[in-house]
Amino acid sequence: MSNLLKNTLWIVIAVVGAAAIGGIALNRGESISALWFVTAALCVYAIAYRFYAAWIAATVLTIDETRATPAERLDNGHDFTPTNRWIVFGHHFAAIAGPGPLVGPTLAAQFGYLPGTLWILLGAVLGGCVQDMVILFLSTRRNARSLGQMARDELGPLGGNAALIGTFAIMIILIAVLGLVVVNAMKHSPWGTFTVSATIPIAMLVGVYMRHLRPGQVLEASALGVALLLLSVAAGGWVDGNESLRGLFDHEGLTLAWAVMLYGFAAAILPVWLLLAPRDYLSTYMKLGTITLLAVAIVLLQPDVKMPAITQFVDGTGPIFGGKLFPFVFITIACGAISGFHALISSGTTPKLLANERDIPMIGYGGMALESLVAIMAMIAATVLEPGVFFAINSPAGVVGKEAADAVAKISAWGFPVTVEQMQHLAQQMGEATLFARTGGAPSLAVGMASIFGSAFGDGLLALWYHFAIMFEAIFILTTLDAGTRVGRFMLQDMLGNIWPKMGETSWPPSMLISSTLVVAGWGYFLYIGVIDPNGGVNILWPLFGIANQMLAAIALCVATGILVKSGKLNYAWVTGVPLLWLIIITSTAAWEKLTSADLRIGFFAAANDLQDKLAAGLLPPEKAGIAPQLIFNLHLDAVLTLFFVAILWLIVFDMLRVCVRYLNGRPVLALSEIPHSPSRLVENWVRD
Amino acid sequence: MISKLKNLWRVIRRLSGDDAYERYLQHYAQHHQADTGTAPLSKAEFFRQWQDSKWHGIKRCC
Repeated sequence: MSNLLKNTLWIVIAVVGAAAIGGIALNRGESISALWFVTAALCVYAIAYRFYAAWIAATVLTIDETRATPAERLDNGHDFTPTNRWIVFGHHFAAIAGPGPLVGPTLAAQFGYLPGTLWILLGAVLGGCVQDMVILFLSTRRNARSLGQMARDELGPLGGNAALIGTFAIMIILIAVLGLVVVNAMKHSPWGTFTVSATIPIAMLVGVYMRHLRPGQVLEASALGVALLLLSVAAGGWVDGNESLRGLFDHEGLTLAWAVMLYGFAAAILPVWLLLAPRDYLSTYMKLGTITLLAVAIVLLQPDVKMPAITQFVDGTGPIFGGKLFPFVFITIACGAISGFHALISSGTTPKLLANERDIPMIGYGGMALESLVAIMAMIAATVLEPGVFFAINSPAGVVGKEAADAVAKISAWGFPVTVEQMQHLAQQMGEATLFARTGGAPSLAVGMASIFGSAFGDGLLALWYHFAIMFEAIFILTTLDAGTRVGRFMLQDMLGNIWPKMGETSWPPSMLISSTLVVAGWGYFLYIGVIDPNGGVNILWPLFGIANQMLAAIALCVATGILVKSGKLNYAWVTGVPLLWLIIITSTAAWEKLTSADLRIGFFAAANDLQDKLAAGLLPPEKAGIAPQLIFNLHLDAVLTLFFVAILWLIVFDMLRVCVRYLNGRPVLALSEIPHSPSRLVENWVRD
Repeated sequence: MISKLKNLWRVIRRLSGDDAYERYLQHYAQHHQADTGTAPLSKAEFFRQWQDSKWHGIKRCC
């Protein structure tokens, strides 16, 4: 292509992208087509990838194509293997894309579509993508070391330990909040509960097939599993219609929470091949398939976004979670804009496959851009619903009232008209008894997806589509849940092994049982409180998760900024330094508000004191008075946790600054742990076929 | 068209690990031919090791 043609192409992309964003931002009419969102997103990613990522790769990181990667140097045909870049991209994307980018934007849609969408786009191209790419690069230059190891090698023991503790803490909160999302989706839904439970024996069957019946026939076993999963969605409808079976799967939230905990415990101690590995396969296929389907449906159908651009809830009175637009939209949407968890995949796992450094922008930056697009689609699926319906599904009973009539009256009074009949009709269409107060994002996303799929591929099957979407979300939430519990178990065994070496033996049964119990008890506690909390639990847990995830991102960016400065690239340190500064501002502000706000729905202490006073004055109804002491304790615990996260964040920021200042003053610092250059022998393009 | 479909099938097999054993045999033939007297692992044995090592550490994200 001639230069002129190339330049014209990029100018066209820039103009289209600008027009789409402008169209979204300036639209104040009744509704706007979802296609604008997809167009804006694609143009922004394309331009950022072509110019910003390429500039970072060439100038800041100085990627060297002639340098042998760890995959080449340490090739063992096993975990270190030079791999085609599209294959690495596939593995990397499957690993980073979880339920986070689906849930966060759905919750943040309470502010309207505009703030969330802008943050997803800007946060990704300036923050999240940069973080993933830079960490991938740094780990590749360091024999695929993990984030924690790099923090220890480059900053010192403080940074290393902070990364370790941060990872463990975020895992606990993450699992609890994801468990809560699943529980809220299955509550009193026999169809949903049956389908989600059926995924467990199906996964086990696939596991046995792959391991014993036809060893290594991965695709055969997966095809069988996917077919059975689809069958279980249909079978759920039959169970739902069968009076005698229905009762078996119709449960309270609390019963389901205990079941989820039992499941997590079993998954942590059962061998991986039986449950975890096959479930992971199935969830990856479902995830990739459904996301593609959703993208196709959105492009074909071009549904209209009905949510206003900005709602009155930017003032902090939102029903789903309390708190003003700043900083809470940035906390609520973590994955999809910037997610610290990705740094754990970008270091350690992916670099072991990288054939050449020149693949780094595509995999690190491009992988995150695609994840961000998933978040945009989740935002679309949430905002194509009538706003009244969206709020009716997502507002907890503690905010809008337990009775349907109260809830619709309150939501309609906010200016989002909705009627009881409308909600009943919708619930009936979706094959559910009720859709009120299904806080957590999964049901409203499923309704949104079902209506998009329904109108693209036929309207008669809405209930099937709804439960398909529920199954799709539940299966990879449960995958994160059991993989997380297991990783948490190993991390805890490792930590306990420092105190009592016997505990460090990962397959010693007492150690296995004790550590698994502790991890499940950790997240199980938060899940339990989340379920009994009349305000929905999501209001407390999701911001806590967001703060934890952003804290981990800040740790990763600290490591990256520190290394850039130590490499003599102070002039370019802003590339990671600016997103870091933004994260410090939003996490610290959010934490400050969570601790000190007088608003009962934001401040932990305010809520605890209020509950305490009401309890002492005997103002609470008996069922609330019973759980009040637990809620009060939990609010105090949440406050301590928040303080702890922020303390870790500031510690590592100061540690990084200390290292940088020492380096700039010419005083000794830990040496760069980069592996020296050795020439790549993979000069031919064989791995890149 | 046919060659494109074949290519896609190769990518799918590669991504899912369906061809892991074939790749292992290839790697073995290239790098371990000198180890006389030892045969490569059987498919079942290889798959067992491959699966156990694959699900160690953080593989999935939020």
